[in-house]
Amino acid sequence: MSEAEPRLKALMAAALDGDAGAYRALLSALTPHLRAYFARRLGHADAEDLVQETLIAIHTKRATYDRTLPFTAWLHAIARYKLIDHFRRARLRRTLPIEDAHSVLAEEDCESASARRDVEKLLAALPRNKRELVRQVKIEGLSTAEASRASGISQSAVKVGVHRALKTLSAMVGKRAP
Amino acid sequence: MKTDALIERLSERAEPVRAHALTRALGIGTGAGALVSFAAMMLWLGPRPDLMQAMGTGAYWMKFFYTLLFALGGLWTLERLSRPGARTRTQMTLEALPFAAIALWALLRLAMAPAETRMPMMMGHSADVCPWRIILLALPVFAGALWSLRRFAPTRPALAGAAAGLAAGALGAFIYAFHCNESAAAFVALWYTFGIVCVGAIGAVAGRFLLRW
Repeated sequence: MSEAEPRLKALMAAALDGDAGAYRALLSALTPHLRAYFARRLGHADAEDLVQETLIAIHTKRATYDRTLPFTAWLHAIARYKLIDHFRRARLRRTLPIEDAHSVLAEEDCESASARRDVEKLLAALPRNKRELVRQVKIEGLSTAEASRASGISQSAVKVGVHRALKTLSAMVGKRAP
Repeated sequence: MKTDALIERLSERAEPVRAHALTRALGIGTGAGALVSFAAMMLWLGPRPDLMQAMGTGAYWMKFFYTLLFALGGLWTLERLSRPGARTRTQMTLEALPFAAIALWALLRLAMAPAETRMPMMMGHSADVCPWRIILLALPVFAGALWSLRRFAPTRPALAGAAAGLAAGALGAFIYAFHCNESAAAFVALWYTFGIVCVGAIGAVAGRFLLRW
């Protein structure tokens, strides 16, 4: 990627000044590199998610780019951070699959009862509105639109709320898991 | 969503970013925190009554510059750690220099002093309260630093949290020095530093959990 440095750096500088065309060109130019980077380390299935997450991080964190420093070093550090973050989350999922909570509860045996208690215990730590959102969307299986209507907030607020709540939950589980 | 569509949507939101946006946000966060701490110090502890006379002594300026340079080094390190891919070694070295200097100075003074005065020099008359007050005064600054850091991209969250804690601790100590009338370098090197390092440790733990993105 290093031979591309001057070109990417110029595009980034223009993008930071508000040039949408340069920004689009920059993101499009980065995508194949990111795709190759993640595919080599994760396989193609997870790579595309990571590509998108990294693109979003590039966007939301673009103020952290120092124009006097190499652009590729900045980009690489972000991609690497997202990769490590992915491994950390994947490890969490193996120890306690919160996302699959509803399928665990569907099985009727004593294990499911204790799993339900665990989930309730975890949910109790969330603020009330978040707790309701997670319950509706992740346990009762409402769609985002239905949850939005039920709680009277916008669909994107539902998505963000659920996402944040799950993040909080996985952080809590991470603290207790070995 | 398809990646191409994502790129399209992101590039529609290419609002210009000011060149020093990050430095500004860090300055605003820690500056606001420092103002709160300073007000807290004035209301809670009050400045030392002999502040004017003290400003004529070397001991006053030793505390002043030790904590100020430590804080500046800490903030610079923090600014680097907030940027993915930026090197931090120079800044970390600079941050350690004020402590190296005051530790050396304290050892020299202790070595020159008669043996029976060494313990009083190290303990002063406020060793039991000094670190805790520094920690309390550092907390608003630390909160301000965290507020700005959450919008940045620290790729090493625990380290960035520790750097935020050290910078906040040093600023808390700087503010505390307006109240504190200890004058021995050994006291400052021990108890000021202990308070600052405690905030650094709090920061490392907090950073691990709060600074992920």
